[in-house]
Amino acid sequence: MSDILEFKNTLISGFAALEKSLNGQSKKAFHSVRKEALTKFEHADFPNIKNEEWRHTNISPILKHTFNPLSDASLLSSADVQKFVFGDAFKYVMVFINGKFHPELSTLDNLPEGLIVKSIAAANEENNTVVEKHLGKYALSDGQIFTALSTAYTFDGAFINVKAGKVIEDSVHILFITDSRNEKLITQPRNLFVAEKNSHASVLEHYVSLQDDVYFTNAVTEVVVEENAFFDHVKLQEESKKAFHISRMEINQKRSSNFTSHAVSLGGIISRNDVNSKFNEDGGECTLNGLFMIEGSQLSDTHTLIDHAKPHCNSHEHYKGILDDSSRGVFNGKVIVRQDAQKTNAFQQNNNILLSTDAVINTKPQLEIFADDVKCSHGATIGQLDEEAMFYLKTRGIGDDIGRGMLLHAFASDVVKSIKLQPVRDYIETILSRKFNQ
Amino acid sequence: MSSTEVKKIEELANQEYKYGFVTDIESFTLPVGLNEDIIRQLSAIKKEPEFMLEWRLKAYRHWLTMEEPHWSNVKYPAVNYQNLSYYSAPKKKPALNSLNEVDPELRATFEKLGISLEEQMRLSGVAVDAVFDSVSVATTFKEKLGELGIIFSSFSEAVRNHPELVKKYLGSVVPSTDNFYAALNSAVFSDGSFVYIPKGVRCPMELSTYFRINAANTGQFERTLIIADEGGYVSYLEGCTAPMRDENQLHAAVVELVALDNAQIKYSTVQNWYAGDKEGKGGIYNFVTKRGACRGVNSKISWTQVETGSAITWKYPSCILQGDNSIGEFYSVALTNNRQQADTGTKMIHLGKNTKSTIISKGISAGKSQNSYRGLVKIARKAENARNFSQCDSLLIGDKCGAHTFPYLEISNPSAQVEHEATTSKIGEDQLFYLNQRGISTEDAIGLVVNGYCKEVFKELPMEFAVEAQKLLSVSLEGSVG
Repeated sequence: MSDILEFKNTLISGFAALEKSLNGQSKKAFHSVRKEALTKFEHADFPNIKNEEWRHTNISPILKHTFNPLSDASLLSSADVQKFVFGDAFKYVMVFINGKFHPELSTLDNLPEGLIVKSIAAANEENNTVVEKHLGKYALSDGQIFTALSTAYTFDGAFINVKAGKVIEDSVHILFITDSRNEKLITQPRNLFVAEKNSHASVLEHYVSLQDDVYFTNAVTEVVVEENAFFDHVKLQEESKKAFHISRMEINQKRSSNFTSHAVSLGGIISRNDVNSKFNEDGGECTLNGLFMIEGSQLSDTHTLIDHAKPHCNSHEHYKGILDDSSRGVFNGKVIVRQDAQKTNAFQQNNNILLSTDAVINTKPQLEIFADDVKCSHGATIGQLDEEAMFYLKTRGIGDDIGRGMLLHAFASDVVKSIKLQPVRDYIETILSRKFNQ
Repeated sequence: MSSTEVKKIEELANQEYKYGFVTDIESFTLPVGLNEDIIRQLSAIKKEPEFMLEWRLKAYRHWLTMEEPHWSNVKYPAVNYQNLSYYSAPKKKPALNSLNEVDPELRATFEKLGISLEEQMRLSGVAVDAVFDSVSVATTFKEKLGELGIIFSSFSEAVRNHPELVKKYLGSVVPSTDNFYAALNSAVFSDGSFVYIPKGVRCPMELSTYFRINAANTGQFERTLIIADEGGYVSYLEGCTAPMRDENQLHAAVVELVALDNAQIKYSTVQNWYAGDKEGKGGIYNFVTKRGACRGVNSKISWTQVETGSAITWKYPSCILQGDNSIGEFYSVALTNNRQQADTGTKMIHLGKNTKSTIISKGISAGKSQNSYRGLVKIARKAENARNFSQCDSLLIGDKCGAHTFPYLEISNPSAQVEHEATTSKIGEDQLFYLNQRGISTEDAIGLVVNGYCKEVFKELPMEFAVEAQKLLSVSLEGSVG
């Protein structure tokens, strides 16, 4: 109990310091949103396992720590950053260190016309109308204590705005580096991606850390995909194996828009990802794919919600998990088809492999359907590697270890192969090979 | 859809509940309300031994500390538990030796229900332990079963005649503290059925019970306990119809099954209680706790249910697979129409090695109804080589109904193989078109498609029930074409 109080109080008292550091920004309209969210945070309770949405994820280990919301500027050289970027693969790179944007380490030269890439702080500073219109409008704080906290501490993060009709060939790499150095930092990146009418863009959200530190990332990302726009999102979570990662992504889709998300979760002792997509107009298309590969005592929890509020929308969801040692995985995929959302197609698939006797998986694919002219299905499997496949490989002279590696690699490939960003795909392939084909 | 069709549908939808009638038999009813005195009185009326009263009181005291659960996907006005009468019995207690001694009016009721006891005795060889508002009035084939050592009697009789068995097994699968409704049932259950199959005996006939809720305002609290000793086999049928009522009636039954080594229990239910009128007024609340324990090795418990009635159905017939190589099965058809609500499914708890479970659930929602499947497959850490296959399909008829699935899969053993599949769709237009083209009306075509859709479950039902279930489905579907 006292842990929780301390956890909360540090964050409440830290707000005053944040206000000071905001300078002029605290006089802007958005600041009242921050204050309101802080009040909500103050009055809300942390979810416990009696809460259906947190049934299998006990967050009390997070609350045992006291996290510092304000970090001093960390000085990293471009050499430190270099090991996380994919060579020259990404033309545009945004680097955040401990939640703060570092333009000197970023590569944002020669941005094409119609692509706006800047930090939320900078956009707020110049009264960007797009930010004003969308920021904080989709990820609401009510009943969501971590979102309330994020909203209260909204300061920096990535803002990407693709103007109407622009097709951006090159992807943006957004790199969040945490350099906690035993300081137990909490970083709260707040991202906003707006793809306007008929535009096309892709983004990589990438979370890494320099050392194996204890810290807490509480990320909130809002995505708006307007009419006929196409937005491709990849999230690569490689936090330290001691870190806590809680993230929420809210996607708002307009008419005939297309949104694709791939979430690859590898790090964090406790990681929780909420991905919520809503079809606000007809004809949208949404793909949510994911892969989590965990070991040790890691816990990875993914909650997705696809809200078919309007007719003629399609959604595809495919999540895969590989669990080793005493790791625990949670997958909860909810699909709601509202009463008028006829001609909906919603397909969901969740496959998991347990590699050890101590690993646990809890999965709950959930359909809530209120319309009749729909095709919805979900499937979930949990198992181990196919013995017949192993046997086949053996008859071909391939031993247990290599055979196992090959099959696991193939298992993960389903999801990995559908990632469109080539360098990321290659990178994950390398990780897979390293892990399974020793 | 043409306007004539709409008219026809409306006509059909407005059909009165076929089995809605009240038998006018003088009944003895306890005053409304619930307190320890009522329980003492109830226990005294039933001439129960001391241990039963203690057990009831313990359950009641625990119940007082519990809160009504609200997590299900159903909505209903709050039930006032102090406003119910907990016991109602026909005053003229008929002698049990011969059917001729049974109250003629009572027998007429059974005739109306289509379960004429003589006919059943003569033709189908089904022994019926008919429960008429809490007191068993006629038990057939008892002697024949007695020769094999099978005990098939009303629960109160079993408490009196076989207290050692009741004491040993009562509450061993569903403890009196299990949940709100189970605790309430444990405190106030009036009667029910008791079956004991001795070692190595295969019950030669399907055992069956009809539950019927009669006197107004009495919640029905049935308690069923079935024990299959080593190598025993029994198939048990439970069927329900209830008369029309305006006030909601609460039905909170508890069913416990125990299968020891190599034993098998097959439990089939056809439930067609009054579902309320088309605005959802009246109707039965069916909040039932059903659970079976496969205690022994190679044991098997199979649940088959066809749920078409009740305003609200809220139950999860479950299997605890403790014994190695034990098998649990769940086959369900749940049909909801008008404003009915169903939240049903199963729990398969795998504890033993090489345990297997199969779940086939078919939900059909029509009208403005809500139908949910909620299931849990849990593979414990020590349950090596457990295997589960689940399939839950939903069929939607009309655009104002809802179908929901909440499957929980909790797996803690890597050798487990668990598969879950769910689909939701409407009846294929091309299928209907094809049948129309062959001169089959839309109404019949839907009946045909739905029956085909449920075939997987129906084929698990005993013969007599399968026929009844198919008819029931067609009747329940009438007027739902949308």
